[in-house]
Amino acid sequence: MPDVLMPRLSDTMEEGTIARWLKHPGDAVQPGDVLAEIQTDKATMDLEAYDAGVLQRLLAEEGATVPIGQPIAVIGAEPAAGATGPGDSGPEPTATEPTATEPSAPAASPPGAAAAGPTASRVPVPAAPPSSPLARTLARRHGLDLSWVTGSGPGGRVVRADVEAAIAARAASPVAGPGAGAERPAPAVVPGAPGGPQVAAGEAEEVPLSTLRRITAERLEQSARVPHFDLTTVVDAGALLSLRAEVNRALGGRPARVSVTDLLVKACAEVLRAHPEVNSVWGGDKLLRYRHVNVGVAVAVPEGLVVPVVHDADQKPLRQVAAEAHDLAERARQGKLALDDISGGTFTISNLGMYGISHFTAVLNPPQAAILAVGAATPEPVVKDGVVVVATTLRLTLTVDHRALDGASAAQFLADLRSLLHDPVRLLV
Amino acid sequence: MAEMTYRQALHDTLRAEMLRDEAVFLMGEEIGVFEGSYKITAGLLAEFGPRRVRDAPISEEGFVGAAVGAAMLGLRPVVEIMTLNFSLLAIDQIVNHAAKIHAMFGGQASVPLVVRTPGGGGQQLAATHSQNIEVYYAHMPGLKVVAPATPADAKGLLAAAVRDDDPVMVVENLALYNTRGEVPDGDYVAELGRAKVVKEGTDITVVSYSRGALVALEVAGRLEAEGISAEVVDLRSLRPLDRPTICASVRKTTRAVVLEDDWLSYGVGAEVAATIQEGAFGYLDAPVRRVAAAEVPLPYSKPLESAALPSAAALLKVAHETLDATGFPR
Repeated sequence: MPDVLMPRLSDTMEEGTIARWLKHPGDAVQPGDVLAEIQTDKATMDLEAYDAGVLQRLLAEEGATVPIGQPIAVIGAEPAAGATGPGDSGPEPTATEPTATEPSAPAASPPGAAAAGPTASRVPVPAAPPSSPLARTLARRHGLDLSWVTGSGPGGRVVRADVEAAIAARAASPVAGPGAGAERPAPAVVPGAPGGPQVAAGEAEEVPLSTLRRITAERLEQSARVPHFDLTTVVDAGALLSLRAEVNRALGGRPARVSVTDLLVKACAEVLRAHPEVNSVWGGDKLLRYRHVNVGVAVAVPEGLVVPVVHDADQKPLRQVAAEAHDLAERARQGKLALDDISGGTFTISNLGMYGISHFTAVLNPPQAAILAVGAATPEPVVKDGVVVVATTLRLTLTVDHRALDGASAAQFLADLRSLLHDPVRLLV
Repeated sequence: MAEMTYRQALHDTLRAEMLRDEAVFLMGEEIGVFEGSYKITAGLLAEFGPRRVRDAPISEEGFVGAAVGAAMLGLRPVVEIMTLNFSLLAIDQIVNHAAKIHAMFGGQASVPLVVRTPGGGGQQLAATHSQNIEVYYAHMPGLKVVAPATPADAKGLLAAAVRDDDPVMVVENLALYNTRGEVPDGDYVAELGRAKVVKEGTDITVVSYSRGALVALEVAGRLEAEGISAEVVDLRSLRPLDRPTICASVRKTTRAVVLEDDWLSYGVGAEVAATIQEGAFGYLDAPVRRVAAAEVPLPYSKPLESAALPSAAALLKVAHETLDATGFPR
């Protein structure tokens, strides 16, 4: 009976969450049938069957998070028998078949089987302590991360008593320390995370983390350790906005209108092609320069932040870049991004202009060497040929991994981007 | 209810079954004139005559084979093999004939054979006469294997075995023949394949059978005095194994220890532990532990024999360790 394993659906994926089972025990399955929707660190993706047969058992419930490579379902040749084996044959009564098998939920086994991608430096996940099956069952039921529970069993095994103490401590007060237990010393429990904020009981509502939120947090923590600097330039957006208006007028009522962001994607792609040192990644003992220019655009979704990618944006005409970017943003909001849509980014743009933010700095999107923060296009008094006039300005802030790139190179990139945006008709040729 | 010995319960049940059904007859070594090596068949030759209580030569394969044939043709033979150890001489008849004929010949014939035989060590009978090799038979599809621990079960399970249409091994225990207990009056037939929770508890499950079930109850009593509530599951039947009852208990207590008189490797405890991890994995707070015989041919020397057999003290120690491993306060 082939096991269906939790697949690796992205290069940073270590575990996936069963968002929904589309097939159920007893259903006939053909190769290519969608068995389940899997929520990864980046998107919700379809899991297709490789084998034909009958779905016998689900080994992970909806909502369960399972490390990659672990079985999540069993496809067999025959309908599920509800038994683990052929059982006792012959004249014995069938009532004694081993029917006691529970629908086993997956254990939150330690991550670690995941091989790192060649360039992805990843946040080290705290090694999960050994834990009893019951402790894992309880932890899963109560949304408790066992990584932060100290085990009192042999070899530091987390047992039920530890989990119950952790749950009680969490419920009572996040600051409850040792001594919460009456007779036994309570295991040291850090609610949420080490050094987590100390919030008095009742002061905050606890919101369980989505996979996306957790991964985002991990990656941002990773990013914060990168030595970086920020460069801001002010762009006169007049020509850019005129061009956009003209292009959209030319497109008429067609849906794929071109946005400022689309123009920036195309502009950045062009300048990145000319500045391969920015389109790169710090490789520890070497610099890696990407062969492609793939520009990601940060999109806010309810669960967090995703960065769909316009691949080879330097090679595509503006209209195609715009069409792809809109399609990606729409699918991002629906949680329907595929693996390809979110992989391979070499540079990222984050635009908060639509919220009226005039200027901000973005946080690096590891392992990329640079990210561009785009503010709002705002009318401002500027000096032009010695005269104060009103111009529509746009503030661009480039955040740079200093290990990969120095100030002068980054400044040159930004200057070239600025001059392209002042003469945006070049984006059309 | 009447209090009697395990031995008496077996004797009375054999007699009652012979009175109830003319097809029931006994065969074995020394069971007639000598009234049985352990006196289970005392008085039955005199009462039923040599046609129904047949002394056999020292030829286990011969008389078990004869019994298989008699069973196929409609009689209900109850064979006594003097000890479980000697069943090895008849294992081909039991395993390759009695167990398989029904399946191999399209159900044309059943084999309603009972093989009664005592196992168990502790009597200073040395390595070849002290074995607990019931798993040899419990491994075998087509057979049923019961191992009563009490006089009541000796009656109920033996009666059920005689009335069952398939071959049943009734594995008695030398150490139990003189134990006493209440036995239901009249026609009392137990259900084959059902374990029994002989003491309810909430903190730890002790699974055992035969002599071990009595040791488990004794240890449960000691734990009770310490404020620990142990549940004791007496398997009673090794094949079929009552997996649901085992798993239901462990789901309640989250901890399990198996006490078995056989050797650890490939033993009853291994099967029970596998059953628990298949059926109650997410409920386990500690590994399933096994207390079994030392893996040596059982010594003759009394101190060595005692040291090799699983004891109440060993079970108590492992139960404590299992509780401690889960932070159980005591």
